[in-house]
Amino acid sequence: MANRKLMKGNEAICYGAVAAGCDAFFGYPITPQNEIPELMSTLMPANNAVFLQAESEVSAINMVYGAASAGKRAMTSSSSPGISLKQEGISYIAGAELPCVIVNVQRGGPGLGNTQAGQADYFQTVKGGGHGDYKVLTLAPWSAQECYEFMPLAFDLADQYRGPVAILMDAIIGQMLEAVELHGDFPSIDRSKTWAVTGTRGRAHNVINSLWIDVNVMEELNIRLQARYRTAERDEVRYAEYQVDDADLVLVAYGCPARVCRTVVDLARQEGLKVGLFRPITLYPFPTARIAEIAKSGSQFMAVEMSCGQMVEDVKLAVNGAAEVLFYGRTGGVVPTPTEVFNFVVEYGVSSCAADKRA
Amino acid sequence: MLKRQEVIIAGMGGQGIMVIGQLLAHAAVMEGSSVVWFPTYGPETRGGFAECTVIVASEEIGSPVTSTPDVLIAMTQPLLDKFAPTVKPGGTIFVNTSLAEPPTNCPNCKIVGIAANDVATELGNVKAANMVMLGAYVGMLKPVKLESLKASMEEVLPEHNRRFIPANNAALEKGATLVGV
Repeated sequence: MANRKLMKGNEAICYGAVAAGCDAFFGYPITPQNEIPELMSTLMPANNAVFLQAESEVSAINMVYGAASAGKRAMTSSSSPGISLKQEGISYIAGAELPCVIVNVQRGGPGLGNTQAGQADYFQTVKGGGHGDYKVLTLAPWSAQECYEFMPLAFDLADQYRGPVAILMDAIIGQMLEAVELHGDFPSIDRSKTWAVTGTRGRAHNVINSLWIDVNVMEELNIRLQARYRTAERDEVRYAEYQVDDADLVLVAYGCPARVCRTVVDLARQEGLKVGLFRPITLYPFPTARIAEIAKSGSQFMAVEMSCGQMVEDVKLAVNGAAEVLFYGRTGGVVPTPTEVFNFVVEYGVSSCAADKRA
Repeated sequence: MLKRQEVIIAGMGGQGIMVIGQLLAHAAVMEGSSVVWFPTYGPETRGGFAECTVIVASEEIGSPVTSTPDVLIAMTQPLLDKFAPTVKPGGTIFVNTSLAEPPTNCPNCKIVGIAANDVATELGNVKAANMVMLGAYVGMLKPVKLESLKASMEEVLPEHNRRFIPANNAALEKGATLVGV
């Protein structure tokens, strides 16, 4: 009990960054992620690391680009409109094969939107928000504890796959207070970076670049990136299941809606309805194979999101016609409640499922 | 220990809505419970709406949001009007009667009226009205011990507000006394 400390998801991100040995944080204020730069402004200097509030989001992501080029563990955080501004930099970082971590505490959109919770940046995050053929490995925490756990993991994945890694949150995951155990127990991986620009004493020049005039060189880069993505798709898929094994209806959700759906599963089970929850933890690589496997067992699916329907497309691709895929979404900053999701499940999910069985 | 209690605390910015929710959350963690606290507020520093949800449970908490709380602590009329109809049948509504009329449309809920602003003013500082309400709630329904709330003050309050801790503790006790503890 002694190590359990009450903190917001945003604050847990900061302690996770410190545990990961983050060397530098570059950011620019925006709600609902302001607790991150606020806490980092004291945590980073206290750990002999850099905190810098840049003049804009564009500037912050390019500072990450620079620090990552020098082989440092660098990160930035923002919320939806700010993440949009960073997309050019993220594409350059991917093109230059540089590791970094980007935290997005999503809010209502599009446009400037509002400061309440949203999940409408899914496409932008997992399908490549900037230009070019690149992917961003994406982790989706559903608790303050996972915010802490996923930061060292994100930095490790970034180093291993030499590219940007995203932590995709929402305003509720960022703002809610929960008890977190700051255990500090993380695996240590080899962080040496022979490619980094650290001065040429004793070795030839290292070059960090994303401009390749020779089309063959550019194609080679793309082939190298794609090979890494295939490896990630094979080795890095993460997910969690709750009461899925015998479920007639499997809810699929991440972040705050996954928490809501966990309660919906309990409500449904109390009524004798066989409902389960499948929670993708990596949004890219998406747990396609496992969802396809569940679909073969005859379960129906329902994606629940704080968007008009984005992740549901990946669920449909995974199911590939083998099962019906329903969708329930609230958007613009509205958070679905357990009662309304449960009512939707009863009306459109389990009832039609039961009807199919009678037929 | 409580199995599960969902509380919505609502009022206007500046009334200390968030801080009493955080005190409750911190005390619950101290006592080994699971807890989730989350805020909703407008862009105004003072005068806008301010709400927070606190869920205290003996087991892992799923949804951090609720549309049907067990308890409502309402510090102003508009937020009482907004949330009173959502409280579960058999639930409890604590009303700050200095600023709100007790609801007449919640026949299935227990209504507890506390003139929190007046009580706090008598104690010497109207700003402790939030603590009076928290004391009444904790005194009556006992989601946590009053002592755990007091022990949470140091951790939850920013340094510049710690000088109010003795006054806060007195207001908590007064609130508990008003409900007969």
